[in-house]
Amino acid sequence: MDIHEYQAKEILARSGVPIPRGGLAYSPEQAAFHAREMGGSVWVVKAQIHSGGRGKAGGVKICRSEDEVRDAAASLFGQTLVTAQTGPQGKCVYRVYVEEGTDIAQEMYLGFVLDRKSERIMIVGSAEGGMSIEELAEERPEALVRMVVDPAVGLAEFQSREFAFALGLAPGQVPKMVTVLRACYRAYRDLDATMVEINPLVITASGDLMALDAKMSFDTNALFRRPSVAELRDRSQEDPREATAQDAGLNYVGLDGDIGCMINGAGLAMATMDMIKQAGGEPANFLDVGGGASPERVLRAFRTVLGDRKVRVMLVNIFAGINRCDWIAEGVVKAYQALEIDMPVVVRLSGTNVDEGRRIIAESGLPIITADTLADAAQKAVAARDAALQPA
Amino acid sequence: MAILITEDTPVIVQGISGRIGQFHAADMIAHGTNVVGGVTPGKGGETVLDRPVFNTVRQAVQATGAEASLVFVPPGFAADAIMEAADAGIRIAVCVTDGIPAQDMMKVKRFLRRYPEGRRMRLIGPNCAGIISPGRGFMGIMPPHIYARGSVGIVGRSGTLGYEAASQMKALGIGVSTSVGIGGDPINGSSFRDILELFEADPETEAVMMIGEIGGPQEAEAAEFVRDHMTKPVVAYVAGLSAPKGRKMGHAGAIISAFGESAQEKVVILEAAGITVAPHPSALGETMAEVLARRQAPASRAMAGQGA
Repeated sequence: MDIHEYQAKEILARSGVPIPRGGLAYSPEQAAFHAREMGGSVWVVKAQIHSGGRGKAGGVKICRSEDEVRDAAASLFGQTLVTAQTGPQGKCVYRVYVEEGTDIAQEMYLGFVLDRKSERIMIVGSAEGGMSIEELAEERPEALVRMVVDPAVGLAEFQSREFAFALGLAPGQVPKMVTVLRACYRAYRDLDATMVEINPLVITASGDLMALDAKMSFDTNALFRRPSVAELRDRSQEDPREATAQDAGLNYVGLDGDIGCMINGAGLAMATMDMIKQAGGEPANFLDVGGGASPERVLRAFRTVLGDRKVRVMLVNIFAGINRCDWIAEGVVKAYQALEIDMPVVVRLSGTNVDEGRRIIAESGLPIITADTLADAAQKAVAARDAALQPA
Repeated sequence: MAILITEDTPVIVQGISGRIGQFHAADMIAHGTNVVGGVTPGKGGETVLDRPVFNTVRQAVQATGAEASLVFVPPGFAADAIMEAADAGIRIAVCVTDGIPAQDMMKVKRFLRRYPEGRRMRLIGPNCAGIISPGRGFMGIMPPHIYARGSVGIVGRSGTLGYEAASQMKALGIGVSTSVGIGGDPINGSSFRDILELFEADPETEAVMMIGEIGGPQEAEAAEFVRDHMTKPVVAYVAGLSAPKGRKMGHAGAIISAFGESAQEKVVILEAAGITVAPHPSALGETMAEVLARRQAPASRAMAGQGA
């Protein structure tokens, strides 16, 4: 789960990371008020969307008067920003953050992330921060400092010191860096984060360290024990189809094709999408209906998939272990009637209670196309799609 | 021999009193698994499915000699249940639970390493379908009837895709020695490499089907092991060739992810290690059939030569 920059900064500041003064605004007037209240002569107005790369997309504006702050905020509100990380549909701005300007002497990069290889937390840093950190990682990997932390032991003081010196910091700044590292680590560990990123972490003209931008992502599996994190969720930043599916307990990702999919298991779902492409079609979505799916859950899954107007054919592929084919079949029949489906539906059932499931489909009298294998199902779905596209 | 489980392995179920735990324990018993008891804290002294229930894993091990445990415990408590099994002397734990926090699994992995090699528990999963040696015993949630008994080992992240492989092979008359689901979580107990090592040493396994997916470094690590240490043929498939690039936030993940995490890169790495990669997920069975036929062909030609 992602959160906004201003939320991440609040969390990190509570742990001890220095941040510039700033305030959140829902209107241009509120933005201008924050600028007046803070005083000074330079402010930065920043669009709050769940994405990096906002600067390049025009989402960060430097202002030198209250009027400029008001105008910058007014132009950002309601605008959809397309960044390198949002995908072509972009993300809409409903909140802006107004911050006092900072005199920057040097920009650095600092990231904390779950490392699947060592199965621990990895800290990545670079004395050259700013916007093109990924290119830097590719072109000059030696410019990155990496360190693995075992969460069972924690981040040792000497490790933070080593890391700070490896970044080439002056001896007077090392203790400040140690404080920042330990604060980020505490926030990561205590809140079940999966990512903490400060980019840039700057050295100011007066020699202090300050986080000018911050991002945090959290482990959704741990939200049950982190209510303070769970309440930071902002649905406006999520794909509405995916948000609805998530509320229904479904794992759904919207795609661009026209063959709607309902499958059990992430691996089989990906394999079915591969098979649809192999057969010459394009999947409209990824949907893992999960284990122990009841007929009601199947109905919700159908409703989610068919909420996408591009869908021409529905493909159901279930290999039941912890699931039951009879429940799935009941759900399909229920969905067919409740949603008044008028497009071809291809169903492939296998595994637990398969005979019962097939009988329910057969006895329903509905024009459901049945398939025996994965390949058969994909081919029938693509053929049905092609037939549906033929002019009558 | 098969690996990890046979009809002789004494198994307990942690969470046997729950609805799901009980349902699958009954299925395991019905298919010949030697289920000797269960553990549910606070329900010690009761019986479920005619098996004794204990308050702690330690009591269960002492009373029944259990060597393996199937963990059916909700996500918030599963890591603790795994550590309890490890400390009580269980040799193999299979955890089916989906949704365990990543930091809990970091702790579990660290905890397991505190025991010396000879008494360290092997963990399969979490978020996996379990393990099955067809006709002999199983621990997990798979439908046992889709597996034929035979000599091909299966190891995969995805449970349902593992079922797909087993049923495609069964349709072609190819059976399974043991099928192992290692689970889909970013941090899991046993890796592809760990299981391949067991299959290589198992006299009843003559080839292995390995089913990977996008993300993570474990397929690349397995490819290296196959290239350097395996004599048995390996067939592989990597799910997610058509998956769109994940939307992401921040750069940290991209910086640390090495070459070899996309499905396409994994296919290249596996093929370079001499592994036969199935072209699509409906060709798992036939690709294995071809590899097995090729393996037998030189031997039968030699026999024919002797006859002439």
